[in-house]
Amino acid sequence: MKPAQFEYFAPTCLAQALELLEEHGDDAKVLAGGQSLMPMLNMRLARPNVVIDINRIPDLDYISPAPNGGLAIGALTRQRTVEKSDLVKERIPVLAAAVPSIGHFQIRNRGTMGGSISHADPAAELPAICLALDGELVLSSASNQRVLKAEDFFLAPLTTAIGPGELLTEIRLPARSQEWKWGFQEVCRRQGDFAMVGAVSLLQMDGGGVCQSACITMFGVGGTPLRIGRAEEALLGNRISDGALQDVSRIVSEELDPDSDIHASAAYRKEVGGVITRRALEAAINSVNGDDRA
Amino acid sequence: MTNANRAIKLTVNGKEYQSSVEVRKTLADFLRDELDLTGTHLGCEHGVCGACTILFNGDAVRSCLMLAVQADGADLTTVEGLAQGNDLNALQRAFQENHALQCGFCTPGMLMTAYAFLQDTPDPTEEEVKEGISGNICRCTGYAPIIQAILQTSKGPALVLPTKDEG
Repeated sequence: MKPAQFEYFAPTCLAQALELLEEHGDDAKVLAGGQSLMPMLNMRLARPNVVIDINRIPDLDYISPAPNGGLAIGALTRQRTVEKSDLVKERIPVLAAAVPSIGHFQIRNRGTMGGSISHADPAAELPAICLALDGELVLSSASNQRVLKAEDFFLAPLTTAIGPGELLTEIRLPARSQEWKWGFQEVCRRQGDFAMVGAVSLLQMDGGGVCQSACITMFGVGGTPLRIGRAEEALLGNRISDGALQDVSRIVSEELDPDSDIHASAAYRKEVGGVITRRALEAAINSVNGDDRA
Repeated sequence: MTNANRAIKLTVNGKEYQSSVEVRKTLADFLRDELDLTGTHLGCEHGVCGACTILFNGDAVRSCLMLAVQADGADLTTVEGLAQGNDLNALQRAFQENHALQCGFCTPGMLMTAYAFLQDTPDPTEEEVKEGISGNICRCTGYAPIIQAILQTSKGPALVLPTKDEG
């Protein structure tokens, strides 16, 4: 028997789940796809007194078009569902491009949008996508509901602004207009492993190739996904030439202050961070939204 | 109260089971210890090796990363459910013909992964097969024949599960 003992609840509606969360507070862990929590239970790295399994709440599983052209995604939506969704491909192609890099397809069959985002592994793809797109997270409790911006949500490794008694119920991703181009890159040892370094770039350029707005988000290189403001500023108002890309690459390497671990040294992450940012920008420049780029 | 047993009812390989399980028991342990379906192997028990892959309502999943109680009402297929009696299915035969197993420990997970992969991608390229099995570790490192076996199977008729009852 691997996991330690716990009390188990499988509510069938959201109200029930929120009541249970209010009652048990910090004693409880929410079980969604289980692709992070179950290993921790099996290894007894987590020993919650109460497990609240939300898998029997079908109301949390949806991908809905939002009036602003974006998407509202229920927290229990499986990553595999997101990967296969035409609506996601059409409205938020950078999300569709990132999801196949999450684990393996067996993991994505169970793993959920909300689970990955509330687990907040610094090397995970979905938190980075959420930050890059200025996503919003809906936190519900028995007595309240609040909406947080992604930048206020991810606080530290595996730490978010979700309070006791709160459940992440919906992820809102605003649409970007068609002029926005995007690129997604990550480096890992084996397809599906956590990224050693990852980059999401979003660019808006005018007809002459001058950068109107830029968003460069990195993951796997800090406690949370990070926006690299200095690199974004370097692009703004400039024609994106090879020289400009070289500069951005250097700036990103300078700005990153990653840790070393068994997967990669800090020096390696800084170097590779610069390189893949450039590649993500090149991917963005050389294609249009919705392109199928394997 | 804590850790109380729960009654569950589920279908595995077309056969109905009813059982009472401790809520902390993983689905993999339940299949092996309670149902005696020891074809499902346990390697890492944290979702990395893929040996415990089964089909859960048709989807390939890690059975070590689910609780048995979560399978209440579900329809599962384990490696024991691939063959029709003693007749191996085409995927299993292809593994045999291509020597796609050495020690055999990863084989049940490879077969279930390959089965689900081929349902989704009936005519894969070699590259797609490699990515398809990237979540399954073979420590004999016999990947080349495994890839061959899966490609060979993809050239034949579509795989179906044996018909037992309505399951």
